[in-house]
Amino acid sequence: MSEKRGQMVRFMLNGAEVQADPNWNLLEAVRFYGIDIPTLCYNEGLTPFGSCRLCVVEIGNGDRTKLVTSCMHPVEEGLEVRTHSKRVIKTRKMILELLVARCPSSKTLQDMASRLELQEVRFKPLDDDCILCGLCVRMCEEQMVAKAIGFAGRGVDRYITTPFDMNSEECRKCGACMHICPACELRCQGPQAETVLCSGCLNTEPVCANTYDDAMCFMVPCLSCVKGPDDLK
Amino acid sequence: MKLTSIEELEDLRQQIKSGIDPNKPCIAVCGGPGCLAKHCTQIREAFEKEIVDKGLIDKVEIRTTGCHGFCEAGPIALIFPDEIFYQTLTVQDISEIVDTTIINGEVVDRLLYKDDLTGQSIINVNDIPFYKKQMQLILGNNSRIDPHSLDDYLANGGYSALTKMLGNMAPLEVLDEIKRSGLRGRGGGGFSTGRKWESTRNAKGDLKYVICNADEGDPGAFMDRSILEGNPHSVLEGMIIAAYAIGSNEGYVYVRNEYPLALKNIIIAIEQAKQYGILGPNILNSDFTFDVKVNRGGGAFICGESTALMASLEGKRGEPRAKYVHTSDKGLWDRPSNLNNVETLANVPLIINNGADWYSGIGTESSKGTKVFSLVGKIKNTGLVEVPMGRTLREIIYDIGGGIPNGKSFKAVQTGGPSGGCLPESMIDLPVDYDRLTEAGSMMGSGGMIVMDEDTCMVDLAKYFINFLEEESCGKCVPCREGLFQLGELLTDITEGRGRMEDLSLIEDLSEVLRDATLCGLGKTAPNPVMSTLKYFRDEYEAHIRDGRCPAGVCEALITYRIDPEKCNGCGLCLNKCPSDAISGDKKQPHVLYTEKCIKCDMCYEVCRFDAIGKE
Amino acid sequence: MTDSESKLCSIVDKYNAEQGSLISILQDIQAEYQFLPQEALEYVTSRLNIPGVQVYGAATFFKAFSLKPKGKRQIHVCMGTACHVRGSQRVLEELERELGIKAGDTTPDREYTLETVNCVGACALGPVVVENEEYYGQMAPIKVQGLINNK
Repeated sequence: MSEKRGQMVRFMLNGAEVQADPNWNLLEAVRFYGIDIPTLCYNEGLTPFGSCRLCVVEIGNGDRTKLVTSCMHPVEEGLEVRTHSKRVIKTRKMILELLVARCPSSKTLQDMASRLELQEVRFKPLDDDCILCGLCVRMCEEQMVAKAIGFAGRGVDRYITTPFDMNSEECRKCGACMHICPACELRCQGPQAETVLCSGCLNTEPVCANTYDDAMCFMVPCLSCVKGPDDLK
Repeated sequence: MKLTSIEELEDLRQQIKSGIDPNKPCIAVCGGPGCLAKHCTQIREAFEKEIVDKGLIDKVEIRTTGCHGFCEAGPIALIFPDEIFYQTLTVQDISEIVDTTIINGEVVDRLLYKDDLTGQSIINVNDIPFYKKQMQLILGNNSRIDPHSLDDYLANGGYSALTKMLGNMAPLEVLDEIKRSGLRGRGGGGFSTGRKWESTRNAKGDLKYVICNADEGDPGAFMDRSILEGNPHSVLEGMIIAAYAIGSNEGYVYVRNEYPLALKNIIIAIEQAKQYGILGPNILNSDFTFDVKVNRGGGAFICGESTALMASLEGKRGEPRAKYVHTSDKGLWDRPSNLNNVETLANVPLIINNGADWYSGIGTESSKGTKVFSLVGKIKNTGLVEVPMGRTLREIIYDIGGGIPNGKSFKAVQTGGPSGGCLPESMIDLPVDYDRLTEAGSMMGSGGMIVMDEDTCMVDLAKYFINFLEEESCGKCVPCREGLFQLGELLTDITEGRGRMEDLSLIEDLSEVLRDATLCGLGKTAPNPVMSTLKYFRDEYEAHIRDGRCPAGVCEALITYRIDPEKCNGCGLCLNKCPSDAISGDKKQPHVLYTEKCIKCDMCYEVCRFDAIGKE
Repeated sequence: MTDSESKLCSIVDKYNAEQGSLISILQDIQAEYQFLPQEALEYVTSRLNIPGVQVYGAATFFKAFSLKPKGKRQIHVCMGTACHVRGSQRVLEELERELGIKAGDTTPDREYTLETVNCVGACALGPVVVENEEYYGQMAPIKVQGLINNK
């Protein structure tokens, strides 16, 4: 796969000179140095897709800067990379704002948005489950080698399905697609899911942890972010 | 019929030329899309019948050509050798033309073009203002040749660039010539064609592709269609030269699904070229081999984007991919691929024939050669216009286009299709070239030039473009898919009276993110129509939001229809036509329009002959 | 082989069952049947030896294809910019009203399909409506009924 063996690549990361394996993409290099970049459609074991655009970083200098998706962009000798410039932050926030508008009840998205200090969603809310990151499609194709599901439709009507939306012979019911989906499992039960991010889930410890040994959130929505412990009878 | 050397081709050319009688009348009926829509096939049939009936079969030639460019005046017939221009023909006019002009050598005055100001008749096509100020290097042969005839193309100098190249030039020389000419991509990107060829030439790999992008998707643009339909060999010749310079042996022409005639004509041209030995293995017995296949698009604007087009050629969904690795390195089937627009390729034979110095002498510092524009919308002389780069918008719109019809005033001109922007009156003297247009907030794009008058609402126009792009977005990346949808919602709110002032800054913020973070050119340039209209026509947006008013009288939710009792004479026409029973009144009495029932369909406004319906 | 099967077979053969010709193959099928029947797509999947999702994905991506049969009369309203500026939106709305369907749909009796199309290149005639390759220029809401009644 690699034509450049041995020779490490040197580039500038947030002002510091760093080295990276020439086969890496920028995301891998940046994470190696401990910098956290949010991602949705990226998974180490699957081909990068570049659709969520959350992992954007700013490259270049002076007049000639641009944003690129770090998951797709290879490391390059002499590149100047800034992972948290104003432009980058603004972009990530806007993307999450758009995504939360699309899937208001996704806990994953809400958590990510809260971490970026997004507080308001100014867009028209829709009520979808799928954020079209394509992880399930790539999982099915690359890891499970089934290619049972794929993209259909176009634009806002794009969706993921089996041919003719029917039961597929190729699908072995392995559940890998559900396992890898970042958005469909955790659902926000908050009172104002659509336009206000209360950050309740993120900032409070799950109250159920007082009563039980384990947090119950991942198995059944415990609603601790909405109700008090007295309601959990 | 296979020609096995350059000399044989040149001999054939001489043979064809000497067989042409320069005094023999030839009737060239325009077969361009506009004229086709006006039934020019019937015109052609009428001419044929007349010629047969009057026993003139061997004495007159008839051919259906490609688009002559002057769509407003169609159906057109150009009579050679004197180049007499007859316009707006009907079947009834034909026998008179044959009798008067073909047989008696005189003109039919009523069918001639009349000068706008003086009313004088103009006989020769080259004296008509619409044509006079053009420089038809690319479109010129459209009115002369039958696109189904390779012999016509040869007689008009076609494939002389090919013979010159095969005889005298090494691939690197060809490359150098194109680089020095300054030719830039005519599809929208404006990238240096020579540099693109060079990158593909230098890429690793033995199998390389030359692809012609005939997926002209900009609404309102039909330049590529007319070039491909009217002079397909010019494009083919360009491809062969490109392949030679790059070191490619396989090519594709990707034709938009909605252009069946262009598809047909390029397929015929390729067949003919193969028969003559101009395409295929060992072209004209040289050691250069090049073959071309034709593929159709499936109805997706995004497939005009290079990586999406190549995905479609691979039998996949037309979804773009990031271009951190260029298509000149890894394109179709992961092999080095050179993609050029139809008009770009049509320029190539000219450059090889006449030289880079000649070519770079035309146009401006940054933009060389001519550009074909489709001048449409609220304009008197709708059609295709070809001018050297650097002509101003004023010259194109007024001197060639004849200005705005119906006494209306110019408001804006949109260039570059859905990726471009609107320029107002204050920019009318802007010289048209790649960089000047981009600086002004628009872009050259493929060459669409839509003219608008005072009756066009700029907010509605921005909404139109966003809706178009929303429908055409592939949906892969979040900012484009979700962003365009939300932009559409915001603009719809504004046009329907629900807009808020904060919406404008949200639109601006969202637009910036689209520019920065989308995957491909569609998303990156999508904000242009919105941003340019906000820049130059912000007051219209504010009128919609603050006053709930559409100044141009377009946005249905914001206009009220009213009957002026002073002008209404109670004829009852509007009452009859109203689909929602919103008008009532007795005969000969001024009628009344009930706003609550009015659905703003505009029918009453259309039928009223007394100007009694007001829209505000 | 049934008639229908042999027709499909010849379409795929024409393009040497090449993967890259998928779009062209689908177009020929669309032209033949006025839509893409499920059986036809399944046949193409097996002949071309590509995943079913690739064929279904392509069939639902491109506007030229329809998974549902179209009407006898296919009315296309040009929504190019030039036509838009000359009032094509109103023409479309009137057609939608008269036919009782939205753009993209077919009437229940399968008589009419109403669609929008992006620029047919006849801008001098705008607003343009095309029906089965017949061009109707300078359309206006007032002319819509005449167009529909015109058989």
